[in-house]
Amino acid sequence: MGTQRLQQLFRNKKENLLSIYITAGYPEKDAMPKLIKLLADKGVDFIEAGMPYSDPLADGPTIQHSSSVALKNGMNLSLYFKQIAQVRLEVNLPILFMGYFNQILKTDIDKFLQQCEIAGIDGLIIPDLSPEIYQNRYQDIFKKYDLGLVFLISPTTSNKRIQLIDELSSGFIYVVSSSATTGKTGGFGQEHLQYFKKIKAMPLKNPTIIGFGIDLADKYKTACRYANGAIIGSAFIKALNHENYLKTASDFVKRIKKTAL
Amino acid sequence: MKYEVDQLGFYGRYGGAFIPELLHKNIAELQEQYLQIMNTQDFKRQFNRLLCDYVGRPSPLYFAKRLSEKFQTKIYLKREDLNHTGSHKINNTIGQILLAKHLGKTRIIAETGAGQHGVATATVAALAGLECVVYMGEKDIERQAPNVARMKMLGATVKPATSGSKTLKDATNEAIRDWINHPDDTYYIIGSVVGPHPYPDMVARFQSVISEEMMQQLAAQTGRDYPDRIIACIGGGSNAAGAYYHFLDNDKVELVSVEAGGLGIDSGHSAATSVLGTDGVIHASLTKLMQDKDGQIIEPYSISAGLDYPGIGPLHAHLISSGRTKVLTANDDEAVKAGYELTRLEGIIPALESAHALAALPKIKFKPGEITVVNLSGRGDKDLATYLKYLND
Repeated sequence: MGTQRLQQLFRNKKENLLSIYITAGYPEKDAMPKLIKLLADKGVDFIEAGMPYSDPLADGPTIQHSSSVALKNGMNLSLYFKQIAQVRLEVNLPILFMGYFNQILKTDIDKFLQQCEIAGIDGLIIPDLSPEIYQNRYQDIFKKYDLGLVFLISPTTSNKRIQLIDELSSGFIYVVSSSATTGKTGGFGQEHLQYFKKIKAMPLKNPTIIGFGIDLADKYKTACRYANGAIIGSAFIKALNHENYLKTASDFVKRIKKTAL
Repeated sequence: MKYEVDQLGFYGRYGGAFIPELLHKNIAELQEQYLQIMNTQDFKRQFNRLLCDYVGRPSPLYFAKRLSEKFQTKIYLKREDLNHTGSHKINNTIGQILLAKHLGKTRIIAETGAGQHGVATATVAALAGLECVVYMGEKDIERQAPNVARMKMLGATVKPATSGSKTLKDATNEAIRDWINHPDDTYYIIGSVVGPHPYPDMVARFQSVISEEMMQQLAAQTGRDYPDRIIACIGGGSNAAGAYYHFLDNDKVELVSVEAGGLGIDSGHSAATSVLGTDGVIHASLTKLMQDKDGQIIEPYSISAGLDYPGIGPLHAHLISSGRTKVLTANDDEAVKAGYELTRLEGIIPALESAHALAALPKIKFKPGEITVVNLSGRGDKDLATYLKYLND
């Protein structure tokens, strides 16, 4: 399936796409399959399933914390793939792996990508794999597999680079909302909107999804005006900090969907 | 040079810049400009003048007579401990602060383990009149109190890194995240030959003043401009990189890197990266690092806060895998013993980091007439509490 599910989604739905980021193993060891099922039921369009990492450089305090809790809960790569494979039998929405390059390198790139395909992962988001290094060192290996590869752009990315990233990406382009690690709060200012407008005006082959710091329905709504959709991460992870996290998760999505419509 | 970095920042298979896109602009700016700026006459003049008048270079090359007698060979100490602020770290921070100024940056950030690099950074930031924030693991803040006080007196803000193992690795993560969040005004002064390209090469070049002086001093004192062997400790590996730099292509010079064995290599409490490590990415560089089968980074341990880093600089990973450097390990107790020995034989209290290099001496078979240089990277004032505690235990 792989890229097919992603292509199908973006073909059928061009606006207001909602993606939710979860950290596998958070808030409890077997939370991921339950959360993915619930999010699919609530009409979330695709999932960014984070494999917790000991040293997540691009992440702010919320996702750092959820990652270290998840690792303490016993999350590891083989369990991650097992849980994805399990939930894949019940849901059909695209699921993307989010993780750091060392996890892939250490497993062996080929072996890792094979495992992704077998488990039913549709694409990968690897924030610390730069386009240059990918192009020069790893492109041939990744191309053997039917998996989308999502690169990030930020407000400091030049137009020329955005074109390169559009060339290399398959699935969508991850538009980082501001120059910050994940989970930074605060509204969108003029400079954000200028940047979003610039991206929107560019003739890109890939759809665009805005992420990082999307913590309120308002920001989600704004993001959707300039891109095909948005990803919510840290704000959702915060909502899971509750005994009855499935309930608070469900309320969170309902609230976003309701206010955004 | 055989061991030079390539276009993408690799030494053989090690190195590179595995950075989030958010850092691309800043890293690319450095990659494009560092050599050009460093090679201007103006930059060289300012750098050399500060090293001379402010740092106190050249640092002496001292023939350690009584230590030599003990090991029945000729041992010289390169006295980086005599530099202003007490270690080799200042060679690099002087260079990078000039670079930061040149690039028009107004805010300086740094990570620190033992506090030596933090102090060296706070010092040059004061000298340049720039704001300075130093990230330091919560655990290191406790065990290196004197250096924390020095940084504060110098006007720096010391921010505790409270994630992960709360030591150097986590302080480095925090500094990188700070840079992501302040892309315009901030310059990150990395303290070792680690991190994304061009840092490993840039820091090695700034530290190469050590081997450059060594050549001249050896020629004057021994009549030959190279030694038979250089011994240096490695955590990230900046003092070793500086001490080896001008001798890398001279195969007559044996290069011995000493890693921190902690409580013993197999004890589960060690920082011997080249023995315990496998290929992986840490702090945006592909190198050897201590990690589990899933690529999660393992917390290292050493009595020395400057050596408990789970990776090594990519240059060192390349030198080790190509057989150019030989690696020895020194455990906590061996290092402390070597530190006391130097103190009693020569009246020099070495930093615990440098004591690891000295602890390699009993493990080496010296040939008659051979010349060995030990890079004495720092002084031990900051480690007195640890030394005394060990004596009492």
